[in-house]
Amino acid sequence: MSAKKHKGTVRKGKDKKDNFPSRAEETSAGTGHPDYIFPLVLTSATQELFGCRGDVDVSVDKPHKLLRKDDIIVDMRNRAAVSDFSVIKQAVLDYPDEEMLLVFDRDFTYGQSFYLVLTVEAKENMLRPPADVEGEEDGGDEMSETPVQKTPEPTPWSSLGSEREIEEESVMDTRPRLMYKFSRVRREFGAPPRFSDYHSGDVVSCPSYHDKSFSLCRMERETSVQAVPNTKSSSTQTLWFCYRKHPRNMCTQYEPRELEEEEKELALQSDDLRRFLSSVTARFDLAIQQNEIMNVFVDDWRNLGDDDSMFGGKVDTHLKEYQSFTHTHYRTNNTITYVCWHPTVSGVIAVAVSESLSFEERINDSTLLLLHPALILFWSFSDPINPQLMLECPHDVFCFEFCPSDPNVIAGGCMNGQVVLWDISAHVDKLQGGRGGGIDKHTSNTNVLSFEDRRVRAPPVGYSAVSAVESGHRAPITDIQWLPENFQVSRTGIPLENKTLVSVQIVTCAPDCCVMFWDLRAPRMGLNALTDTKQKSEQKSVENHGVSSTFKHLDLTWKPLFRVTLPKLDTSGEYSPLKFSLRACKGNGPAEKSVATGDRPEPPDYSQLRVPSAKHQQPLEDISTKIYTSTEDGEIVYTDWKLEKDNESGRLFSPKPTYCFKVHDCQVNTLLLSPFFEDIILTVGGWNFAIWKEDVMAGPIVRSACSQKKCTAGSWSLTRPGLVYIGKEDGTLEVWDLLEKTHEPSQSQNVSTTCITCIKPWTVSLRQQLLAVSDHQGTLHILQVPWLLRHPAANEKLNVSRFFEKEVERLVFFEKRRETQAREKKDMEAAEQRRKTEAGVAVKQVEELVEEAQKEYEDYVTLDRVILKDMGLTTHTQDISDP
Amino acid sequence: MSASHFRFRLATSRKQESTRKYLHRNMAEVEETLKRIQAHKGVIGTIVVNAEGIPIRTTLDSSTTVQYAGLLHQLTMKARSTVRDMDPHNDLTFLRIRSKKHEIMVAPDKEYLLIVIQNPSE
Repeated sequence: MSAKKHKGTVRKGKDKKDNFPSRAEETSAGTGHPDYIFPLVLTSATQELFGCRGDVDVSVDKPHKLLRKDDIIVDMRNRAAVSDFSVIKQAVLDYPDEEMLLVFDRDFTYGQSFYLVLTVEAKENMLRPPADVEGEEDGGDEMSETPVQKTPEPTPWSSLGSEREIEEESVMDTRPRLMYKFSRVRREFGAPPRFSDYHSGDVVSCPSYHDKSFSLCRMERETSVQAVPNTKSSSTQTLWFCYRKHPRNMCTQYEPRELEEEEKELALQSDDLRRFLSSVTARFDLAIQQNEIMNVFVDDWRNLGDDDSMFGGKVDTHLKEYQSFTHTHYRTNNTITYVCWHPTVSGVIAVAVSESLSFEERINDSTLLLLHPALILFWSFSDPINPQLMLECPHDVFCFEFCPSDPNVIAGGCMNGQVVLWDISAHVDKLQGGRGGGIDKHTSNTNVLSFEDRRVRAPPVGYSAVSAVESGHRAPITDIQWLPENFQVSRTGIPLENKTLVSVQIVTCAPDCCVMFWDLRAPRMGLNALTDTKQKSEQKSVENHGVSSTFKHLDLTWKPLFRVTLPKLDTSGEYSPLKFSLRACKGNGPAEKSVATGDRPEPPDYSQLRVPSAKHQQPLEDISTKIYTSTEDGEIVYTDWKLEKDNESGRLFSPKPTYCFKVHDCQVNTLLLSPFFEDIILTVGGWNFAIWKEDVMAGPIVRSACSQKKCTAGSWSLTRPGLVYIGKEDGTLEVWDLLEKTHEPSQSQNVSTTCITCIKPWTVSLRQQLLAVSDHQGTLHILQVPWLLRHPAANEKLNVSRFFEKEVERLVFFEKRRETQAREKKDMEAAEQRRKTEAGVAVKQVEELVEEAQKEYEDYVTLDRVILKDMGLTTHTQDISDP
Repeated sequence: MSASHFRFRLATSRKQESTRKYLHRNMAEVEETLKRIQAHKGVIGTIVVNAEGIPIRTTLDSSTTVQYAGLLHQLTMKARSTVRDMDPHNDLTFLRIRSKKHEIMVAPDKEYLLIVIQNPSE
């Protein structure tokens, strides 16, 4: 419906373009010739006729030639079709002016050598502006700058035909729009609907359908496109969960508001604050003092209730016998030397059995001993008669320990100074399946209690490795301990970090005056490689059945890492240690943390481990290298096992101990660190026991009175910090409660008939704690600890620590007192000395005194007589009163 | 002209001096009161908070202070509004919170809040 204007205005538009011919001419002529220019070819005849010969009459400098119109018309009439001007005959005739401009086009800009200007204005422009330009160029070097810098002035809009295009494209209504309105009759609103039936044939339904012929498909579309710099908008606010339902941010990061220093100062100096504080302080004083006086919220009833036993009624502190194990098989007089609970398998306890023979008897019976080797027996509660597992020992074992990181590895110390290793990984199932498996196997011979059958069933397991005889101890090893997993020791005695988290080092001590450090790993490959392999090949033939080869790399060639001797403090000679105790070293490194969380690494292949070079490990600074040792002579020695370098010879040697104290009269058979305090140590020996604190050099903080029987074993309680079990040589087990009384045991109970050799407690569960007591006759008694002895009292640890502190203060006081007494004694002696020099003078003085006394007496007698005379009583008494 | 100007300046400086002394005296008194409270047995820390909950003065470390100030300020406002809701003539004078480990005491005011944390059983 759009109207299109006719094209009559085209020319009009083009007329407007004449304003720019000069500019077009100046700039370029490459756009084709405009309409007013007509390129002509003029023959030489025509050129001569009109006097416009190229390069003669007209040239580049003077390209314009005005021709008379009349001349052109005459020429055209004369020569008709031949005339060059015949082509533009009409334009020439239409030309309004008299003269026409012919321009010599040297450069063929319009395609021909000449061109004729068809309009008057163009002629004028061509002729005049060049003149203008020339005129301007002559005068206007100074003026040439201003036209360039002149700001363009707003000129009125001149139409160039664009509004025509817009009108063509625009859509306009050509007629008013038609509107139809359909509505229902008002009375039919709300009326009940009337339904009627329609047959399907009557009605032709015309459902709407999509007619493709009428769907308009847009083929072209005009849109404008704009290039925009590449920006991206993004937000950082959290998505609101179900926008509009819960407009709540997931999280908001914020910072607390704080006042500036000046504002704080200002506030502090204000009057209001002062008034406020003065009014409020009274309330605070009241409240704080109330709290100081008494804690109102303490539940006294609850604290009372703690001390009662769970079932009420009588208090039961008796240790009940739970079970007892005796191995009556091989020998008659065997004794249990050491007892150790299995760290992971519940209900299994390992016992080291050895002969109780004197030295002479040993030599005499040495052949017999070879046939019946010493054993370590594993007892389980399910089977009281037969041990679950038996480990063979080369000689009598006096002490053994399970490896803390791998409970299948057991290290033991023998009587001849060798260290023995067992690996029971292959036989662990016997220990664990002790309840079920054992019974199944016995279904066939439940009634037959023959010992032979059972003996055949379980031959003793051989040992995996044993240390070299020459380089080990020379006396029976009396104590062996594993180093904890978080640190290890280098060859020179420097504690290093152990990154493998596996305990691989053992410390042993023996009465041959040295403490040795051993490493489970193979030493670095050096010159020993050849000798090792040779020995290994020799031993392969002697392989025992059932022996694991975990430690084959150490067998018979195992040498200690280094040894620590214990030189005596004031004299020459050395101490002979019996037991030792390393300071519990709890590092804070990541190794320690991962151990605490329970993810222990898999037990490694020990033969593949190598002792690492000490250079690459970092030494641990906070590990205490102090060690307590107890000696055969009853001394407690506190020393440092780090080797020092002797400046003169450059050798490493052990330093002198820090201090040494003799408390016990006999061998000290127990030296144990308290499980609750890191620096409290219990020592048992001779006829008494003592408790020491690590930094206190004056002596033991608690020393018990000498009892009548020798104390042969001792142990801390696992749950109560102030409870100590002492075993005596007559089989009595004493329970000492340090908070109750320290002059005598709280309770004493007879457990066996012979002396007790070892006491070890074990917590099975929250409700059950067992105490393993072994005696000299080879019987292992398992006692159940009653509730009172295993349940700690309220604040017991605090009270015990306070008790120890008080004892320490007492010791310090005694020290001071001793010093002052010594000083006083010295002073007194000096005074005595002084008095002795004046002794002669003193005697004389005594005689004079006697004379004086005699004189006085005589005076008194005479006085007495005079008085009696005066009183009139002297008549008949005078005779009697005279001496 | 200059002399009078000089005299004027002297007068103002003397006034400033006196106000400064007054302020210092105030501050000294405030310090002394706070020290007295802090010196009681078992007192762990003292915090003075302004009306908006921003701590002004404290004896604890910054993060603990900020935490205590913010939380206790809100609680005190809530407690005070509770008391006043029940009886508009009433007002909160003291708030004591007893926990397992220690006791927190808060004394509110129109503009300030004093918080004291005490460990009753040593």
